[in-house]
Amino acid sequence: MSALLAMIRRDLLLVMRRKSEVLTALFFFVVVTSLFPLGIGADAALLRKIAPGVLWVAALLSTLLGLHRMFAADYQDGSLEQLALSPQPLVLLVTGKIIAHWIVCGLPLVLLAPVIGIQFDLDASSLYVLMGTLFLGTPVLSLIGSIGAALTLGVRGGSVLLSLLILPLYIPVLIFGAGAVYANSVGLDISGHFSLLGALLILALAFIPWVSSAAVKIAIE
Amino acid sequence: MSQTNNFSNHRLVNWFKLSSPSAFYPLAGKLIPFFWVLTLAFGLAGLWVSFFVAPVDAVQGQGYRIIFIHVPASWMSMFIYLVMAAWAGLGLIFNTRLSAMMAQALAPIGAWMAFLSLWTGAFWGKPMWGAWWVWDARLTSELILLFLYLGFIALRASIDDPRRADKASAILALVGVVNVPIIYFSVKWWNTLHQGASVSLTKAPAMAQTMLWGMLLMALCLWMYSIAVTLMRVRAIILEREAHADWVRQSIEVKS
Repeated sequence: MSALLAMIRRDLLLVMRRKSEVLTALFFFVVVTSLFPLGIGADAALLRKIAPGVLWVAALLSTLLGLHRMFAADYQDGSLEQLALSPQPLVLLVTGKIIAHWIVCGLPLVLLAPVIGIQFDLDASSLYVLMGTLFLGTPVLSLIGSIGAALTLGVRGGSVLLSLLILPLYIPVLIFGAGAVYANSVGLDISGHFSLLGALLILALAFIPWVSSAAVKIAIE
Repeated sequence: MSQTNNFSNHRLVNWFKLSSPSAFYPLAGKLIPFFWVLTLAFGLAGLWVSFFVAPVDAVQGQGYRIIFIHVPASWMSMFIYLVMAAWAGLGLIFNTRLSAMMAQALAPIGAWMAFLSLWTGAFWGKPMWGAWWVWDARLTSELILLFLYLGFIALRASIDDPRRADKASAILALVGVVNVPIIYFSVKWWNTLHQGASVSLTKAPAMAQTMLWGMLLMALCLWMYSIAVTLMRVRAIILEREAHADWVRQSIEVKS
């Protein structure tokens, strides 16, 4: 457990030493979502309708921006090998890296979403639902993304390939996440969407760290 | 290589011997014409049944006949993915090169089947639903399957070291298996525009006997075609990846 915490602490510390990379991803989220009203026009009814989809797609893309960083720097300077050789189980360390990635790239999106949502004229209940789905969904994005990040380590054109591998796997999260906000806005029951997102999160947490650490081992062997 | 040979010397003789590319290569060469003949036979019979014997559908008229290529292609796209993932998994567990080569050879034909299924689906959708494409669960999940195939091929192609490419793409293939049951059950789990399954193991098929025969014959045809093409491709892959081995240099096909 202390290894997990140490890993999270180390990754967060590294990020704090170089804030620009994280801020780029967040800035991307804000800019992309702000471009839609400019491109489509300021029709409030239309904006309310497209808001969940736009916010979720932007969240998907901005988590993707940070994914490449999850293992790449450690792979290049050799510390990933040292981590794999350490007596601590690699699964735990990889989980720590995934959690750190979520704290840096996922959590800020959850907190920023209501501000962006107001730009899209969403009402209070939609904002709560949006935050809830992002809170459940973004960890799944970090988890699934870690597989792609590990598989594309040191590969030619890695970051483009990463998006090709990972975006199809993101689709279920996108559907249920954006679907919940939409269902709420038309007055349908949203508990089903939340249950499915929660199920995705639990399944991803249970299996993906093992898959990712296997992928890391393949990359460094 | 040496490990698989040791296996074959003192245990379960035949099967492990075939896991060596040098033993499998000539066998595949002998099997290919056989599967091509079966492809032609099933294909001709299937086309004859589906165009001349099967009755006109009461609701959809002649247009329904695209089912004879659409449904088999969709079946094959899912089934090939499972087979590909199984080979990839075997390669990951037993560290056999031939399994990974089989997975590599299956990917393009699977992607082609997924594309064919979407394409014929679009042609069928236009007259029946009035739209080339709708965003319902089955179409979307089949599209994801196509993307998974393309991702698998792209990941393989961009890793230079073949052994690492084998393992990395195997992990991706195994992760993607989650999607296959979602496609298959999507018409049950969600209320979709796409019609439900016409054929099921547990209840009587919801279609005329001859239509069913046409579909099964076409499915067998595509099945044999996939095997024939995969074997041809795996032979090419074996030659490419074993180019350093003596038996490849001495084989007649390479010399001539």
